[in-house]
Amino acid sequence: MTTIALLVSTRKGAWIFRADAMRTTWEVDGPHFLGHIISHLVLDPRDQTTLLAAAKTGHLGPTIFRSTNWGRTWQEAAQPPAFAKAPEGETGRAVDHTFWLTPAHRDEPDVWYAGTSPQGLFRSTDGGVTWSAFSSINEDPQYREWMGSEKDGTPDGPKLHSIIVDPRDPNHLYFGMSGGGVHESLDHGETWRVLITGMEVVEGYDFDASKPTFHDPHCLRICPSNPDRIYQQNHCGIYRIDRPSESWVRIGRNMPEEVGDIGFTMTVHPRDDKTAWVFPMDGTEVWPRTSPDGKPAVYATHDGGETWQRKDAGMPKEQAWWTVKRQAMCCDSHDPLGLYFGTTSGELWMSRDEGRNW
Amino acid sequence: MKVLIPSALRSYTQSSQAEASGSTLNEVLVDLDRQYPGIRFRIIDEQQQIRRHIRIFVNGVSVNGLAQTIQPGDDVVIVQALSGG
Repeated sequence: MTTIALLVSTRKGAWIFRADAMRTTWEVDGPHFLGHIISHLVLDPRDQTTLLAAAKTGHLGPTIFRSTNWGRTWQEAAQPPAFAKAPEGETGRAVDHTFWLTPAHRDEPDVWYAGTSPQGLFRSTDGGVTWSAFSSINEDPQYREWMGSEKDGTPDGPKLHSIIVDPRDPNHLYFGMSGGGVHESLDHGETWRVLITGMEVVEGYDFDASKPTFHDPHCLRICPSNPDRIYQQNHCGIYRIDRPSESWVRIGRNMPEEVGDIGFTMTVHPRDDKTAWVFPMDGTEVWPRTSPDGKPAVYATHDGGETWQRKDAGMPKEQAWWTVKRQAMCCDSHDPLGLYFGTTSGELWMSRDEGRNW
Repeated sequence: MKVLIPSALRSYTQSSQAEASGSTLNEVLVDLDRQYPGIRFRIIDEQQQIRRHIRIFVNGVSVNGLAQTIQPGDDVVIVQALSGG
């Protein structure tokens, strides 16, 4: 009996891997959308049936596909996320790709949020069929300044990501922008406030850390067992915040110095807010987007970031020049839970014992 | 008129060729989208610009924008650049 489904999105399409409870036998379903770049493939936890896939090809415009039968058939969104048409004579933005998908609160069935590149925040209230701008940030002059131009941000384009809905309150939302910082709304997106205190900026340029434009959060994860706790993997370190505190703490300072605390992805334990995992990346000189020294490893903390332990049993010990990007690490909810990551070189790795063996 | 469809868009038309009508390129593409919902946004962005890797030819001449006049019987060819590699 299938009890685990691992959703894998890649630059070559999407796959669904299904396993029994012991995670010993896996069946592969795919490719779906062969040749499409799938930035995010997400199951609706409210109905356990609907899948949304953020897709584009290298040459065509972006769209979103929706399945209500676990991927047996797909329907394209009638109105994918798109920015407003600019007034005549002005240059407007065009969505290059939808990067992030988040199902809304359990009390808001059929509502989804999407983050795009360049940075835009969108919402669907019909299960992903039609999308429109959510809140005012897409056209807000202050937010546009913080977002920077389309030439800023990562090589694949600046992104709005990590849209988080507080499981206790549908009005309480967070998102991150690379670049542009972390933002919070307490009124269902009517207004937003900046949440960057304690986050550091790249050294050596005299960047003003009080300005969101200089901040590059890579991945935010809220703890299901304690929604007041959020972990963050940032361009400049690993952080934790415990609300109502307004200040992030750089728990990555406790990582081994030779490894550092740079990376893209972060995963939190569903039942233990003290446990989280990161996949450190080489953050020196040109940012080669490889494991530090070609030696990949997951690092785990079981005390909220006070200490970290290297978890690389089973991984290559040298000459493995790959890493793991933002959405490409996750866990299941079994006990002991399974951890999974996909690499930039196209490999899929798993651990059945919370990272002890891979 | 006839509109030649690139392979990457045939998931919409199920054919290499489609019929569409209009007196401008925009009208032709709107008619195409009416028949094959979603196809227009894959080649024209929300700022009404032809996407980066797409070119459109009318009677063998590359067009620059959606205002291009179309006559009955013109041949419209949508080309997806196979750039990269």
